[in-house]
Amino acid sequence: MSNAVNTKKKGGFLAGTANYLDERVGVAGILKDFGRKIFPDHWSFMLGEVALYSFLVLLLSGTFLTFFFDPSMAEVHYNGVYGPLKGAPMSVAYQSTLDISFEVRGGLLMRQVHHWSALLFVAAAGLHMLRVFFTGAFRKPREINWVVGFMLFVLGMAGGFTGYSLPDDLLSGNGLRIIDGMIKGLPVIGASTSSLLFGGEFPGDEIIQRLYSLHIMIVPALILVFLVIHLFMVVIHKHTHYSGGGKKDSNIVGYPLMPVYVAKAGGFFFIVFGVIMLTASLFTINPVWNYGGYDPSPVSAGTQPDWYIGFLDGALRLTPTGLEVVADGNTWAWNIILPMLVGVGLLGVVAVYPFIEAWITGDKREHHVLDRPRNAPTRTAIGAAGVTFYAVLWAGASTDLIATNFRMSLNHVLTSMQILLLVGPVIAYWVTKRLCLSLQRKDREIVLHGHESGRIVRLPHGEYIEVHEPADEYQIWKLTDFKEYSPTLARPNAKGVITVRARIRSALSKWFFEDRVSPVGATELEAAKHHGELH
Amino acid sequence: MAKDPKDLAVVEAHDEHDYETGLAVIAADKLADPGIEPHRVRMTDKSVKHEKAAARQVALMFFVSILGSAFAIWAYYAFPFDGVNANSLRINTVFLGLGITLGLFGIGVGAVHWAKTLMPDAEVSEERHLTRGTEDVRAAAVEIIRLADQESGFSRRKLIRRTLYGALALFPIPAIVLFSDLGPSPKDSLRHTMWGKGKLRLTRDPDGTPIKASDVQIGSVFHVIPEGLVDLEAPDLLNEKAKAAVLLVRLDPSEITQKQRDWGYDGIVAYSKICTHVGCPVALYEQHTHHLLCPCHQSTFDLANDCAVVFGPASRPLPQLKIEVDAEGYLVAPGDFAEPVGPSFWERKA
Repeated sequence: MSNAVNTKKKGGFLAGTANYLDERVGVAGILKDFGRKIFPDHWSFMLGEVALYSFLVLLLSGTFLTFFFDPSMAEVHYNGVYGPLKGAPMSVAYQSTLDISFEVRGGLLMRQVHHWSALLFVAAAGLHMLRVFFTGAFRKPREINWVVGFMLFVLGMAGGFTGYSLPDDLLSGNGLRIIDGMIKGLPVIGASTSSLLFGGEFPGDEIIQRLYSLHIMIVPALILVFLVIHLFMVVIHKHTHYSGGGKKDSNIVGYPLMPVYVAKAGGFFFIVFGVIMLTASLFTINPVWNYGGYDPSPVSAGTQPDWYIGFLDGALRLTPTGLEVVADGNTWAWNIILPMLVGVGLLGVVAVYPFIEAWITGDKREHHVLDRPRNAPTRTAIGAAGVTFYAVLWAGASTDLIATNFRMSLNHVLTSMQILLLVGPVIAYWVTKRLCLSLQRKDREIVLHGHESGRIVRLPHGEYIEVHEPADEYQIWKLTDFKEYSPTLARPNAKGVITVRARIRSALSKWFFEDRVSPVGATELEAAKHHGELH
Repeated sequence: MAKDPKDLAVVEAHDEHDYETGLAVIAADKLADPGIEPHRVRMTDKSVKHEKAAARQVALMFFVSILGSAFAIWAYYAFPFDGVNANSLRINTVFLGLGITLGLFGIGVGAVHWAKTLMPDAEVSEERHLTRGTEDVRAAAVEIIRLADQESGFSRRKLIRRTLYGALALFPIPAIVLFSDLGPSPKDSLRHTMWGKGKLRLTRDPDGTPIKASDVQIGSVFHVIPEGLVDLEAPDLLNEKAKAAVLLVRLDPSEITQKQRDWGYDGIVAYSKICTHVGCPVALYEQHTHHLLCPCHQSTFDLANDCAVVFGPASRPLPQLKIEVDAEGYLVAPGDFAEPVGPSFWERKA
């Protein structure tokens, strides 16, 4: 065996290196297995890539920042170059943030790269989740990977929040104070949990260092672990693809990893990095020098958390007055518990949705062809309702800005939001479901009768008709290749009992699939063609 | 693509009836799949001129990247900033950033353009395996587990198994206990503020100068801290301030409640500045309505009515601080707030 290998000598440096690596780590086998893996092409598949690449940018820029940042809460009097704060008492953490901004060349740029890529990371992860949701990519065998992705989204928010607090400026300090207030409101454990977290009373002199440990070690390490699992499962499952000619649940259609995807995805990393860099060069974000160091007494009006925390802040704001209850001498701060339950509940539903839908359909097959959102009307409508609910909570974090900018009464804005939070999702659900069913009917029209050509023809007996151009076979396939489900009845089990479980499943299946539009079948299409020829 | 026979066997078994289909409607007369759409020929596929132009464009992009990176290095040194002139910081950030941006964009756009114009763009199909192993593989896996169980006696030796479960359940607990010293028990720290020392003058935030009753005009607001707070060291300074901050306002004595008259002085009333919702400083005062607004979540308190909540998520009025005037005419607080300030907590009423 070794004789055969030793003959490979010629070919210069590259071949030599390849040979060296293969004999030590077996790269040839890896390349053979993965080098020509097929990846499908679609713009919506880039959203996850954006999230991945912004995370890499976060690691790069964050590492740079750790070399200069000092998370100590010891008190100093500022003696740096920034004039307006000269002599002001502040923490070392805040001072070192100022120093990064004003005394390290490229420091401000890196701070802004870090902050913008954090915003982009959570945004791209969220959009990627929506893409996966609305196309049904979470169906078997990808349910677990959905949960892993969900964890990444939550960890992204955690990373964002812990990082946002580190500069120890007035804004982030008030953010921490809100967190402290929320923790204190938890039943039974509130006050002691707050004391554990802050190392005593708020704000104390520990919290920044603790958040720093979480922010630069625990959270990114967890994100890395989940990211590796997430991508590993993508390799196991292979990517999904959209319906189209030749695209089946049993195959994957696209371009090979090498060279096309290496070039496209590799190039795309540089484009994402470039967009972040461009944004960071031109647009200031979090100018902490304007806020001053943290002081529990002042606060500025019209402040906002980073966008991804908005829905939780909105939930706090939209809570009605007077929910606190004292029972048996214990304080139930429902004005804090309720919004936390709403936020956690919303995230919880997102996390388990694939399992609910899988239970309702009972479909145990593997699904690799994506749904067009219209072909799963109830799921799409549920998604729209969820997005609306989230959006109202999110907008709720800006009630004061909406009121001042549009010269409206703050009270009216808030009351409207409270109503919208309850009514909006219902409307969104209903409208979306109807839209989906209408779009499906339109698809049927196109399949059966083709596209309107705009050409009006008068027939010999005086009737006017518009000539329809038949759709081509690829479009017909795309519009008819989807899975249809029908509701089930609650059936008695082996003991002749109709269980509650069966009843619930039957009711849910009715809810999901009673209103549906079936794909056009071959017979129907034939009949329609025949009918068309009669004209 | 070359496939080994193992793959083919899986693919053949991979049809609709391999798994339960649940509520799926299996279409009897599904249309025929027309197969992958034919490849659309690009200009660069059929014209050497276009191909060469595309190759030049890709190389140009990479060249732009080289220029951009070089520019960034130059800008780093060419635009120093001094901290005094804000423009110098701006220029350094913008030019350094734009240089790096070009360095990145050039590579990215060049690579993608290369892939889209010069690399093959005919779609290729590859078979998928079922995610689960083949029957052979599954049987082999089951056999391994069975062997492992047999050889270790895991299911046979109940005592070993149960004690192992117990040990595994308990071993993380010390790690949790270890975290107890993250912070002390709050005890009654949430119930007391610095005002509890008694007879502390009300002083201005942040300079700590005392306030005379005669300084306080109707409508004016004073941000107040207790006398001596400014002399505290970190972290006590901020910890105490986070609880003891007070708002001082003078109202028309005819407009306020009896309690406010009793606890105030000649229309001057002092209230905790810490919101009873989640603890933000309630810093906005609207003079003509006598309303105090918390800028964080818009809880609104009616200053002329014992700071009762009139709007927003807060549930309780802001606690009032009893004040008097000392012999020299300065405002003093004889003692602490009558109840804990700030956000609610479980043991608050206990």
